[in-house]
Amino acid sequence: MRATLDGNEAAVTVAYRLNEVCCIFPITPSSPMAELADEWSSRHRTNLWGNIPSVVEMQSEGGAAGALHGALQGGALTTTFTASQGLLLMIPNMYKIAGELTSTVFHVAARSLAAQALSIFGDHADVMAVRQTGFALLASSSVQEAHDLALVAQAATLETRVPFLHFFDGFRTSHELSTIELLNDDDLNALVPEELVHAHRHRALSPEHPFIRGTSQNPDVYFQARETVNPFYAATPGVVQELMSRLGERTGRQYHLVDYSGHPEAERVIVIMGSGSATARATVEHLVARGERVGAVTLRLYRPFPAGALVDALPRSVARIAVLDRTKEPGSIGEPLFLDVLAAIAENGGGSGGSTMPLVVGGRYGLSSKELTPGMVAGVFDELSEDTPRRHLTVGIDDDVSGTSIDYDPSLDIEPPGTFKAVFFGLGSDGTVGANKNTIKILGAEAGLYAQGYFVYDSKKSGSQTVSHLRFGAEPIDAPYLVDKARFVGCHQLGLLERPEVLGRAAHGATLLLNCPYPAEDVWGTLARPIQEQMLEKAIQLYVIDAARIAREAGLGGRVNTVLQICFFAISGVLARDDAIARVRESIEKSYGRRGSRIVEANLRAVDRALEALARVDLPTEATTTRKLTPVVPDDAPEFVRRVTAAMMSGRGDELPVSALPVDGTWPSGTAAYEKRNISDIVAAWDPDLCIQCGNCSFVCPHSVIRSSYYETSRLQGAPDGFESAPLRERGLPQTSYTLQIYAEDCTGCALCVEACPVSAPGEPDRKAINLTDREPIVSAAREHVAFFETLPVAERSRVDFGTVRGTQFLEPLFEFSGACAGCGETPYIKLLSQLFGDRAVIANATGCSSIYGGNLPTTPWTTNADGRGPAWSNSLFEDNAEFGLGLRLASDAQETIARRRLAELRDEIGTELVDAILEARQLTESELQAQRDRVAELVRRLAGIDSPMATDLASVVDHLVRRSVWIVGGDGWAYDIGAGGLDHVLASGRNVNVLVLDTEVYSNTGGQMSKATPLGAVAKFAAAGKTVEKKDLALQAIAYGSVYVARVAMGADPQQTLRAFREAEAYDGPSLVIAYSHCIAHGIDMRDGLGQQYRAVASGCWPLLRYDPMLRATGANPFLLDSPRPRLALTGYTRRELRYSMLESSDPAEAERLGALAQAAVAQRWDTYEEMATRPARRFAADARKEHR
Amino acid sequence: MNLATTYMGLALRNPLVASASPLSRTVDGVHRLADAGVGAVVLYSLFEEELDAEAERQSWIADAGSESFAESLSYFPSAAGEEPGPRRYLSLIERASAAVDIPVIASLNGVTPGGWTGYARAMQDAGAVAIELNIYYPPGDPRVPGRQVEQRHVDVLERVKSAVTVPVAVKLNPYFSSTGEMALRLDGAGADALVLFNRFAHLDIDPETLTVTPGLGLSRSAEARLPRTWIALLHRRLRASLAASTGVEGPEDVAKYLLAGADIVMTTSSLLRHGPGHAGVLLDGLHAWMQRRGFADLGELRGKLAVPYGVDEATHERAGYVAAMQTANSTMYGPW
Repeated sequence: MRATLDGNEAAVTVAYRLNEVCCIFPITPSSPMAELADEWSSRHRTNLWGNIPSVVEMQSEGGAAGALHGALQGGALTTTFTASQGLLLMIPNMYKIAGELTSTVFHVAARSLAAQALSIFGDHADVMAVRQTGFALLASSSVQEAHDLALVAQAATLETRVPFLHFFDGFRTSHELSTIELLNDDDLNALVPEELVHAHRHRALSPEHPFIRGTSQNPDVYFQARETVNPFYAATPGVVQELMSRLGERTGRQYHLVDYSGHPEAERVIVIMGSGSATARATVEHLVARGERVGAVTLRLYRPFPAGALVDALPRSVARIAVLDRTKEPGSIGEPLFLDVLAAIAENGGGSGGSTMPLVVGGRYGLSSKELTPGMVAGVFDELSEDTPRRHLTVGIDDDVSGTSIDYDPSLDIEPPGTFKAVFFGLGSDGTVGANKNTIKILGAEAGLYAQGYFVYDSKKSGSQTVSHLRFGAEPIDAPYLVDKARFVGCHQLGLLERPEVLGRAAHGATLLLNCPYPAEDVWGTLARPIQEQMLEKAIQLYVIDAARIAREAGLGGRVNTVLQICFFAISGVLARDDAIARVRESIEKSYGRRGSRIVEANLRAVDRALEALARVDLPTEATTTRKLTPVVPDDAPEFVRRVTAAMMSGRGDELPVSALPVDGTWPSGTAAYEKRNISDIVAAWDPDLCIQCGNCSFVCPHSVIRSSYYETSRLQGAPDGFESAPLRERGLPQTSYTLQIYAEDCTGCALCVEACPVSAPGEPDRKAINLTDREPIVSAAREHVAFFETLPVAERSRVDFGTVRGTQFLEPLFEFSGACAGCGETPYIKLLSQLFGDRAVIANATGCSSIYGGNLPTTPWTTNADGRGPAWSNSLFEDNAEFGLGLRLASDAQETIARRRLAELRDEIGTELVDAILEARQLTESELQAQRDRVAELVRRLAGIDSPMATDLASVVDHLVRRSVWIVGGDGWAYDIGAGGLDHVLASGRNVNVLVLDTEVYSNTGGQMSKATPLGAVAKFAAAGKTVEKKDLALQAIAYGSVYVARVAMGADPQQTLRAFREAEAYDGPSLVIAYSHCIAHGIDMRDGLGQQYRAVASGCWPLLRYDPMLRATGANPFLLDSPRPRLALTGYTRRELRYSMLESSDPAEAERLGALAQAAVAQRWDTYEEMATRPARRFAADARKEHR
Repeated sequence: MNLATTYMGLALRNPLVASASPLSRTVDGVHRLADAGVGAVVLYSLFEEELDAEAERQSWIADAGSESFAESLSYFPSAAGEEPGPRRYLSLIERASAAVDIPVIASLNGVTPGGWTGYARAMQDAGAVAIELNIYYPPGDPRVPGRQVEQRHVDVLERVKSAVTVPVAVKLNPYFSSTGEMALRLDGAGADALVLFNRFAHLDIDPETLTVTPGLGLSRSAEARLPRTWIALLHRRLRASLAASTGVEGPEDVAKYLLAGADIVMTTSSLLRHGPGHAGVLLDGLHAWMQRRGFADLGELRGKLAVPYGVDEATHERAGYVAAMQTANSTMYGPW
């Protein structure tokens, strides 16, 4: 039976049937495997033996590995799904599992490791980092193999007792949709007989026949005991091959440990593993047909290394071998596969029956899903033909620093002409990807037709570009690389047309379907000249449709997918038109049936209207406009931005050579300002007359696009037309104007500002002092206004009122224009942090949404102020964030100590007055901080004139004399789960660090998996039946230490309290913990109502606002301040507006009622506890026992 | 003292029924009402457009942000976008019916023909012993003739009656041109009970915020006069049971309705105002009054003060009106 699915699903549908327990932790790109397993388990799907596997999400991969080890030792068939950093965290347990000869299969969507940067994309760095653990490593190179070899791995591990790691390329295979043949239960049964399962169980820990494992061994026996496993490893390759053969007999798909394809007397051979082998095989076939004597060796079993099979697979004629590794091991002679192949050949007599060693070179390719194309493979073969080929090469990049890269022909096209290739460009959430996945399923279901789909997303969390690469053909599709020379290009958002890829990937004579709001006869005139020229050059067949209007009219809102999908079928000719239309209708019923008849009807309506409205545009013979392309970045942008960032932004990052990139992963701040995204048709607009200048809109703006300034009115003389201002509503500052400037090109139209605005026009409650308006008519004026606004003087920090929302919004935000979702609940807190302390802050940021919108290239939202100062930010890892931040504090303290010592030593040379002033500076208020900065600047000047090693040493640490603000920022996934141990330790350390937890109550970045912050009764992935454990009370745990400042804040309920907590936390000389309620798209809300939900969370008592201040206790006052009033809203008043709660009401109403009642009772109980704490005398709280602190 | 009675064929332990309200949104709430002593409970109304709106909203929210960012291609378990449908309500019917011994009546406020019949059938399948049709069509369009409005009511009833076998009640509003005739027509179309009356939501104006606010306040005793008048007129002229609704605050209001001829008396406002336990106050008061007046069971008092059967109703009403005016002129607010 055939089906079209992706590599993840192909693997897990086998793994699920062959296991009893899954212990997991989500990590891209493996999460879908775990999520599917969880979904099936919650729907009571059974495994091969009629049992329902149990799926457990742990706090980290380390925890998952531990639980998995325990489950295995307990006798259950257990598996896990992971990648990258997660796999690394499993290493200690992997050694144990292998050492104990325990049967299990880990399924890994192989992904890069974080080195100079994190990457979610695919390569073999992670699996190579575990090759020494004793796990067998089995590599799949396609979706079909990911399915088949999952079975082979499971069967093999039970037979051999060697644990297996089955891997396939992250994204390239894990997320590629492909038509494959499915294995049925009989196939699984045939290879995994129940006796093996029973044998596994019998080896488990049991008091019925007890023994011990995990002994501590000594020099006398450890070595020998380690060597006992040799026979098991020796037998493994044979067992794997035997199983592959048996599978081949049943299915006709015959695999081998090592496969050779190509010329029987090849002289040049490539050895490769993973999806790249499919490209290598196809390229070899093409080259052999042109008479070249080349071949490709595909390795499937990597550990135990099948040396014999490898050597036997090589033709005797081979003289030159290139071993391609998809990883990098700096400092090694070569990468792992290369070294293994070299050793295998050397040990086996230097070549099959021959006496001379072939020349073996090592090459690196494809790191972090860099493409491996036929042209690149051919390039490697060409390099092998050189007189002296490079011994260690790279392919696919331009290495102009070390000269490792080889040349290749990027235009080599080996695809069969019968393959239909299409590329679609859309914006996230417009339905393009969904429609294409649907199209693939429709076509993949046709007998005799094969389909492939691969999707590329960009780095932003909203308004992001999606590119769908689709192929269809009568043969199975073996092309794991992006589509080029597409016959059909869909451009589903007009704004994307100018991106080089759109017309760049079109073949000559291709059809272009363009979604645009103009009538067909006007479209040509709106295009930029280079676009017109390119269209004419490529003889593009242009079709247009106003899909947005049709979708809206049909009742589908902004989702243009159905409209554009039917147009694709109508003009592409992939299926007969009427047949295609019938199938689309069918699939609409099927896909949307469960969403309700109205939605089905709306989509069917859209189909009819789309076909009517689709129009062909005949192109003239020449370009007619003069309009140039919109520049990617302004001409006056810094050099790095123009050279590197702009290339990345326009999709030409692949062209950047090695020399263009920073050597150590350091990236310049403040580059997001050069990316004017213009992603929203509606943007904020200020009404100066209604505005009371309270600053609330600016406070809540997630993208820092609302800024306020006050200045001498005379400055307005140079202002451009239409620049808005109003008299400053403040006494004591005459002749002063106020402007609230909207950065319209950066606004995402989220409307939080409108919701936050407290004033409305008399008689028009919906018209506020800030409203949304169409962007198009105002955007060019807005550009000029922003430019002028930026010339206005910045408020002096020592004169700004830090105590009010209004006052703080005159401070420069040093976090701006991030790629966060429109309406994000986290970023306003981060922005506030940057305004209050950014000019002296170092920030340790955990992996998660905040590290993605904070640091996902090409642009960087953390920026500098007018003086050039700004937050220094780094994302280390996920699990170590608190510790990393503590380290920043330790370093600062250590260097400050050095500085103070040197100052004392150089007191006379520098000047007693200056030294004493610096050493005694209090540095609490902004003016004191500024004064210290001035002193340090003077100190630097004086040190320049002192010629001594002590002075040089002091000069290297002077920065630490200005009081540094150390912040540890992250989400609840880090703080409550994977980083909880570290956070706890750091809070207990007594050191002066400030922790900001952006609590979305779920793993937002990876798509909504539950955390220990998820509340009772909420639905999340891995808690599909509603969470039955109450949310962890992190605040109470921290309060118990007595030396931690703790606050719970929610800016949508009380921005003033939020501000107070931030300032008190930072001023406190010790660990501070601020837990900030962050509404999120994963709550299932109308994001425009995010602040409203914050308010309701507080009003219902489920998110009490509080502060715990140890300084108060020290004075004898009650340190626990309950800042929100008694609950005055039923919990349902808050929860029923959120899909994460209402989902359960639909799927299991009885359970929803039960949990709802328990949750309401829990709110009341918790409130009672807090109220009691708020009335306690100080002595009933733990004292802070630290000796020295301010 | 026997308070037992029947209502559209259902046996009730007493004539006091909790009508559709937020109190009957949960099993717990239904329990409390039953414990407080009511003879039957009408569940909160299922609104068809609420279900539609919910389905649309849920679908839209479930898709929001999806397929945008590689690490989070979706934010919810896949069931998220599925149409919630009436599952919640049907589950409530099942569980509430199982949880209490008194009849649990479902209430349906539909819009489309398919909606009325589909949901009614589902409610019956879920175990509802009867269905109350909350036919709410305020004729906001001044061009729609009265006859059309009336016909709509009859059509809905007929459609539902053809789709289910359990008894069907119709909750009426009083604003028909000839309410009595409407009642007869519905009776003829197969209504097993008529609930007199529903209350339209009336919009209020806030002159300070200059906004229009929907108003649906709790009823007061004085408002009971209108339904009482019609019940008195319709008693014994219909096959269908008569349920009184509106303005029940104290036991005397229950008594008045019964004397006017109501088979059962419904209340929501008083239970919301004073809590479900207020049902006990009403029943105890009814009991005490019956004892005082010497009635042993409801049969002895029901309809005692209804418009007598066989009388010319129009003349009777007109005469009553004239008499009322005369009394008012001479006794209230002084002579003119």
